[in-house]
Amino acid sequence: MNLNILIAGVGGQGTLLASKILGNYAQLNGQDCKVSEVHGMAQRGGSVVTYVRIANKVYSPLFDKKQADVVLAFEELEALRSAGHIKDGGIIIVNKQNIYPMPCALGAAEYPGNIYEQLSKYNAKIHKIDAIGIATKLNDIRTVNIAMLGFSAAVLNFDKEIFISAIEKSVAKPTLEINLKAFEQGYIQARG
Amino acid sequence: MLQMKKLMLGDHAVAQGAYEAGVKVAAAYPGTPSTEITEYIANFNEVNAEWSVNEKVSMEVGVGAAMAGKRALVAMKHVGLNVAADPLFTFSYTGLNAGLVAVVADDPGMHSSQNEQDSRYYAQSAHVPMLEPADSQEAKDFTMLAYELSEKYDTPVFVRLTTRIAHARSFVEIGERKEVEYPYKQDISKYVMVPANARKRHPAVEERERRLSNDINGDLFGESINKVEYGKAGSNKIGIVCSGAVYQYVKEALPDFAIFKLGMVYPIAFENIREFASKYEKLIVVEELEPFIENALKAKGIECHGKNLTGLQGELSVQKISEAILGHKALPEEHTENIPMRPPVMCAGCTHRGVFYILNKLKLNVVGDIGCYSLGCSPPLNAMHSLICMGASISNAHGMFMAKGKEFSKTNVAVIGDSTFIHSGITSLIDAVYNKSNITVIIMDNRTTGMTGHQNHPGTGLTIKNEPTHTLDLEAICRACGVQNLSVIDPYNLAEVENAIKERIKADGVSVIIAKRPCILLDKSMRHDAVSISDCKKCGICLKIGCPALSRRKDNSVEVDAALCTGCMVCAQTCKSGNIKKENNK
Repeated sequence: MNLNILIAGVGGQGTLLASKILGNYAQLNGQDCKVSEVHGMAQRGGSVVTYVRIANKVYSPLFDKKQADVVLAFEELEALRSAGHIKDGGIIIVNKQNIYPMPCALGAAEYPGNIYEQLSKYNAKIHKIDAIGIATKLNDIRTVNIAMLGFSAAVLNFDKEIFISAIEKSVAKPTLEINLKAFEQGYIQARG
Repeated sequence: MLQMKKLMLGDHAVAQGAYEAGVKVAAAYPGTPSTEITEYIANFNEVNAEWSVNEKVSMEVGVGAAMAGKRALVAMKHVGLNVAADPLFTFSYTGLNAGLVAVVADDPGMHSSQNEQDSRYYAQSAHVPMLEPADSQEAKDFTMLAYELSEKYDTPVFVRLTTRIAHARSFVEIGERKEVEYPYKQDISKYVMVPANARKRHPAVEERERRLSNDINGDLFGESINKVEYGKAGSNKIGIVCSGAVYQYVKEALPDFAIFKLGMVYPIAFENIREFASKYEKLIVVEELEPFIENALKAKGIECHGKNLTGLQGELSVQKISEAILGHKALPEEHTENIPMRPPVMCAGCTHRGVFYILNKLKLNVVGDIGCYSLGCSPPLNAMHSLICMGASISNAHGMFMAKGKEFSKTNVAVIGDSTFIHSGITSLIDAVYNKSNITVIIMDNRTTGMTGHQNHPGTGLTIKNEPTHTLDLEAICRACGVQNLSVIDPYNLAEVENAIKERIKADGVSVIIAKRPCILLDKSMRHDAVSISDCKKCGICLKIGCPALSRRKDNSVEVDAALCTGCMVCAQTCKSGNIKKENNK
C-alpha cells in the first residue's frame, strides 16, 4: 500500500484523531507512516489540513499539489480548497456538510453553490457521505470523523478487522463503543 | 520491529527522550509548536514538571536544577527564546553539574507565530551547541545524546525543532528510563558570574567549543550526529548540505544526490564538509529561514550556493527544492476559483467577543497582545491596531501616552489575556503606574492559556499536573501595583462592558478592567442552549459581533446554527427589536 491522504476540514472537526488512526492502521499493517498536523492558531475554526503518508519508507511528512491518492474532506468548501492536491485518477471523499466561513456568514463573500460541478473538473472519483447524519443519529456530533473513516475504509478496501484494531488503539476507552458504531455506519453507507 | 514502535509527535518524542535520559525537572511556558513537549513529560511521575510564568523563569528553573545535579529540560517556541536568552547566555559561561537541554521550536511559514526568526543564531551567539533532528526517532535520540554532550562538554545544549518536526508523527522506539544524579558542589569561581570570575570562564567557553569542533570533525561520534550519504556513482555533480525536515524533502526531490546531513547545526563540521565538497563540482546548501549554514561555509572559504536558489521566506517543500535545483516547472493552475477564505475566528460563545464589539463600537484604538484575543483584529470586529510580543500591550500603550499625552490616551486601550498578563504584563503595569501614566488596560481573564490549548497558569489555581495550588488574585496584584481605578466585569454583559470602558478611559491615572469569565471551551455548563431568531428585521447588527454561529441567509435574514450556538446571549443584546431569544426560555 502506497498512499498519500490529505485530510481537510475546519478546526474542531476531529481531523487530528482521524489522521492518528490512519497512522496506527499503517503500523498494524507493518508499514511506515508519517502524519503532519497543524496546531495552534489554525485550530480556531480556520481551514485545517493534515497530511498522512503510508509507504514502505516515508521521507517527507508533507506532499505537494497533485500528489494525494485520497482527499478526505470533512466539509464541502474545504474539499474544493484542497482539490488541487488530488492526483489524476485519485479519490475525493466529501462529507456533505457546509460550515460557513466568516466572510460568507457576514455576506461579504458567497459560499459557492456549485462545489460538485467544480470538483468534477478534476480527474478524480468523487464519493459523498452524510457523516453529519450518522453522527446526529448517534447523538454525538464528535463521531463525524470516525464515520468518515468507516466510509473511507470501505471505499479504499482497507482490512476492516485491522482498522477496528487501529481505532481501539487510538480512542479513549469510554468513547470506543460509540466510535465503533459510527465506523460501522460509515462503512455500511459506502457498501450499501 | 515496527510493531514495537509508537507513532509519536516530534514534541512527544523529545519528551520521551528526556524522560529516558533521566530528566528530573522540566519547565516551560506554552508556545506553539513546542507546547506538547512539556504536556507529555508532565505525565511521568518521576518528572517534576511545571508551567513557568514565562520562558526566562523556566530557563532559570532548569539552570537551578542542572546546577543542583539533576538533568533538566526547558522547552520554548522561537520567540520564547528571546525571553529566555538572558539566563542562557550566562549559563553558557558557568557550565553545569547535570545536563540541561533547551528545546527551541522555530516556525517557518508562521503557522502560529508573529515572526520567522531563526534560532540557530542564538547557538552561535551564546556558544551553545545545537542539534537538529529530522524525524521523531531522531528527536528522541538527539535529545538523549544532548544530555551526554551537555555533561561531557560542560555546556547547555540546544535541540532545535521546526513545526514539521514538532507536529509531525513518525515511529519511535520506546526504551527504559535511567536515573542520573550528581552531588551538588559549591564552586564560587564557576557559578558566581561577577566580572572577575566571568573573565576566567570566557576562555573556558572558547576552549570547550574548540574541543567540540574538533570532535565533531573527527571520528568520535561516527554517524550518530552528522551523516554522509553518497549518491549513485556518477549520477550527478552536485553535493547537498541540509538538516532537519529539509533533509526529508531533499531525499524525495533529489533521491540520487549526495547529501551531507547535519545533525549538529552548531558548531558546524567545516572540515568534513570541505572534504565532502571537494568531491563535487558544486555544493548547494538547502535550508529554511536564514542562510545560516551557507554564510558560515562561505566565511570558511567553502564555495557554495544556497539562498540564491531557495529564497528566504516560508517553508521549503519537495516541489520547491525540485524547482530550485532541477528546474522542474511549477504545476499547472487549479480548476477551482473564487474559494472564500476561512480565517481562524473566535469560537461561538467566546468570552472575548463582547469586549471587542464594544471597543469597535466606541471606535477606540486598541493596543493588542498575544493570545486568542489577537483574533480581535479580524473583521467584523476590527478592534486591534497593533500587536508585537507577549506583554507589550501595556507598555506600548504607556509609550503612546508618553508620546502623545492624556487626550490621546483617552481614545486608547491596551488589551491583554490573563496568562499573558502574568507572563510579562505585570512588570509593564508597575512601570506605567510608577511613571505616572494615563492608560486603560483590559485584562481578558478567561481563566486559562487559550490559544495553545488550555494550559493552567498561576491564576487557575492548578498546576501542570492538575494539583490544586495557590490561585493568583489578579485584582489584588493590580491594586498592589498601585492601580486605583479597577473594575471587574462580566464580558457577556455588553452594557456593563460599555459603561466600564467609557468610565475608565475618562479617569486619570492607570485604570484596569478585568473582564472575567472562563473560556467557553472549558465551561461545560454553557453548551447546547441555543438562541433562535423570530421575525428578523434583517438589519445585520448582530453579525457585527463576528460569531460563527450566526450567518446571513440569501434573503438577508440571520440564521442561527443551533449546533454551534452556546447561548451566551451576546448577540441578543445587540438586537434592537429584541427578537433573539433562547429556545427554551431559560
